Parts: sequence; structure tokens; C-alpha cells
Amino acid sequence: MEKKLSKKDLVNIFIRSNFLLGSFNFERMQAIGFCVALMPALRKLYSGEEYAQAMKRHLEFFNTQPFLATPIMGITAAMEEKKANGADISEATISGVKVGLMGPLAGVGDPIFWGTLRPVLAALGAGIAITGSIMGPLLFFVVFNAIRLATNWYGVMYGYDKGTELVDEMGGNKMRYLTEGSSVLGLLVMGALVAKWTTVNMPLVLSSYTNSAGEQVTTTVQTILDSLMPGVVPLLMTFACMALLKKGVNPLVIILGLFAIGIVGYAIGLFA
Amino acid sequence: MTSIQFVLLVLVAAIAGMGSVLDECQFHRPLVACTLVGLVLGDMTTGIILGGTLEMLALGWMNVGAAMAPDAALASVISAILVIVGHQSIGAGIAIAVPLAAAGQVLTIFVRTITVFFQHLADKLALQGNGFGVEMCHVGGLLLQGIRVAVPAALVAAIAGTDTVNAMLASIPEVITRGLQVSGGFIVVVGYAMVINMMNAKALMPFFFLGFLIAVFTNVNLIGFGAIGLICAYFHIKGLQRDLAAQEAAASGAGGHTGDALDDIDDSDLM
Repeated sequence: MEKKLSKKDLVNIFIRSNFLLGSFNFERMQAIGFCVALMPALRKLYSGEEYAQAMKRHLEFFNTQPFLATPIMGITAAMEEKKANGADISEATISGVKVGLMGPLAGVGDPIFWGTLRPVLAALGAGIAITGSIMGPLLFFVVFNAIRLATNWYGVMYGYDKGTELVDEMGGNKMRYLTEGSSVLGLLVMGALVAKWTTVNMPLVLSSYTNSAGEQVTTTVQTILDSLMPGVVPLLMTFACMALLKKGVNPLVIILGLFAIGIVGYAIGLFA
Repeated sequence: MTSIQFVLLVLVAAIAGMGSVLDECQFHRPLVACTLVGLVLGDMTTGIILGGTLEMLALGWMNVGAAMAPDAALASVISAILVIVGHQSIGAGIAIAVPLAAAGQVLTIFVRTITVFFQHLADKLALQGNGFGVEMCHVGGLLLQGIRVAVPAALVAAIAGTDTVNAMLASIPEVITRGLQVSGGFIVVVGYAMVINMMNAKALMPFFFLGFLIAVFTNVNLIGFGAIGLICAYFHIKGLQRDLAAQEAAASGAGGHTGDALDDIDDSDLM
């Protein structure tokens, strides 16, 4: 008798996909979450030793943008279904599909969801919230979650329907266009955020210093700075952070450093 | 604070803590967490205003790849409790939130390390065919994240508003609180830097500068930037398609290696 996943199983996977990151750990990251999300399918398709082996292969390292993990869940469910029905699909093939997709999907998902959608909605919501209106938090919460739930839902369903076909589709240039397109969008919004959503006020004369690109930057009073290029200080700070992060400096250390700069800068009258 | 309020507060804190690792519903973001704390404590307006203020600060705090951002959950919940119960200013809330975000980050790193234990337990249970056990390992990790915010929140809620706490808050030297507020204005660059590094596309940096310049010299809002970004992405993809087609034409007969030659733009270092 052919084993077939029902709509209910897929809905179950969708529900569990909302908890993907629950047991995030530094060894295998989203591994348990992925295995648990797929559990409704594994339970339906396997039993005994096969079931144990199926769980084991989905406890391997996994990490991607959480909302775009859902097409991988759909595809994997479709592959497991075929495998359970005797198709010649090895464990290595399933792992290969997962590993092969998580990088590219994170490349698309991170700039779109973390780099663009959330900061844009959060900034809009925060702007309204500062006036004390409940509309601010509501706008952010409702719109973000509507888009997120739709992504998770269609991710699981589309991934399952298309199955491995989708892997070929994503293997071509399409994926590259998506990644670069979302990076263009994400970077443009980042540039705007660096300029608009940072506050640096320097009432004092700051002689000169060298940014990470090696250029000599002379800054004086904030008013002069503003007349030339407002936002240049946060821009340089961003570049400095990028350079430090690339050198492998822990972000927490950078943050503590920035606190120290803020406190010392305020104490000596550099910042206000 | 009534005992019902206390219980609800701990519940909100636990949900925010779990939200901080799940990163799905966004219950851990200041905009949502502070509003909920305000709702429970009967002063939602203050919660919303504090949430909006802290959200601006935390805009770039995001977990990308394996990198950990400062923790918005602990910062939002505890500073909202202290501000609302102790009738502190929004400014004091910011000053409290910033070091709390760093403390919360240390706590979440700690929990994410402990959860490695659950990972190994799940391996063992999987081999025994115990699916329920694997699911419980998942729930265990999630609950730990809830506890790591709920317990500090309960402790703070128990003492918030007392004269001792208010005196302690008042005794923080002004240079520290003001200095932290000042750094709060630019701490967000760390998050921006993480995202830009993650995209790692030197060839696309002109778009970053374009966004920066438009923001500096015009009043375009973020919806506008989204639209401009989409148009830029459209033209960039068109250009890319043309390049790849030309390359394919040039390499026709030589085999299907399109794209490889252009891949190096993604690998180049930004600086």
C-alpha cells in the first residue's frame, strides 16, 4: 500500500515550522527544530528502525533563515514520502538537498526579512508608538506576522508540491537573481537606516581620525558636519564595526566598546 | 502590583524570552514586549511609548547566521517594569535597557550552549525510536529560553517601585545614564554592520551609498526606500541577465559554466 502524506500532516508541519528555532544550540543550531517539524511526516511514513534512522538523519546540522526553512521542509517531506514508498533515494541525497538549499535560502531570506521588512515595519510602528498610539505596535505585529505566516504556509505547501523539481529550479540563475535582487533592496534600505535611524550629536571640536578605509577624516563641530554630510559619523562607525566583525571580534565586545565610547565621550563633552 | 498582575507579568516575560529564540511572532521586540508589560501593569500608554523608543534603538539587533545580537527581550521587559512600576522617565528606561540587552545576550548564549546537551539527548532518543522524547528535547530548549527572561523579570517585579530600587536608580551617576543614552543612539550600527557583512557583496555597495545619500539629503520615508530599492533591484537583475546571456553566447560550445566567472564578486572582501 502506498504511503501518502495528507493535507493534515502538511498543516501539522506548517504549525511546527513556527517553532523551528526553539532549541537553537551552538553545536547543530536548528537541527532538533527541523527534525521535530518533520516529525508528522516521519511518523506517518516509517516505523521501527527506519523511523529511528529517519529521525537521526534529520538531527544533522541545519541553519537557515527560519521563514525560508519551510520550502526545505516541504521538499524533504516529499522526498521522504518517495523514499518510504521504495524510491531509490539515499540518506546522502536528502542531506545534500537540505545542505544545498539552506545557504542560498538564507542568502535570500536574511536581506529581505531581517534587512528590509522588519526594520521598515518596526521603524514605521515605532514612529507611531512614540505618540502613545496602540496603532504602532499593532501595525508592526499584524503586518509582519501576516507576511511571515503566509511565507511559512506557502513554503511548506509549495515545497511539498514541487518536491525535488524545486531544487533544480533554485539551482539555476533564478536563485542568483533573487539573492542579488534582495541584496540590492536590503543594502539600499540599510544605507537609509544608517543615515536616519542613528543619533550622533557632537557639540565639540573633534580634531581628526582615520577611518577603516585609511582615509583621513577631519571633523569639527556637529553643525559644520551637518552642513557637509550629515550621518557621516554613523557611516564610519558602521564601517569600523564591519571591519572588526570581519576580524572575528565578538559583537558583544564591540557593543561594550561603543558603550565605553558613549560614556567617555559624554564625560569629556565630545558627545551630547 | 496584584498577584494576578505578577503572574501575568511572568507569563509575558516567558513569552518574550521564548520569542527571542524563535524570532517568529516578534514577541521579544520592544514594540510588542513593552506594550504587553504596560497592558499587564495597567499603564499601556507608557509601555507603548517606551516600546517605540527602545524599538528605534534596537532596529538593527538581529540574529543572522550564528551571530548573536543584543537581547531585546530581557531589556524590554525589565526596563518596562522598572519604568512603569517605579514611575521612572523614558530616558531612565533607555539607560537601564542598554546594559540589560548585553546581560540578556550573555544569558541567551549561555542557554544556547546548555541546549547542546538536549541535542545529544535527542540523538540518543532518536536511535531508540523515541519521537516524543526528541520533541521534548525541543520543548526543553524553548522553555529554558522562557525561564531565562521570566526569572529575572519576576525578581525585578518583586522589588520594583520600592524606595531602595528607586534610590538605586537615582544613584546611577548622570555621566553613566547620559553616556548610555548617547551610545543608545548609535549602538544599532553593530546590527547594520552584521547584515551588510552577511550580504557580503562588494559589487553592490553603490546601492548602500545611494540609500545613504537619499536619506541624508531628502525626506523620503522607509516605504519610499522600499520602492526605490525594488526598482534598483529590477534594473540590477535585468543587467545581470544581459551579462549572463552575453557570457553564455561567448562561451557557447565551451560547456555550461555560466555564472562561475561572475561569482567572484560575491567572494570579494568589502574592505
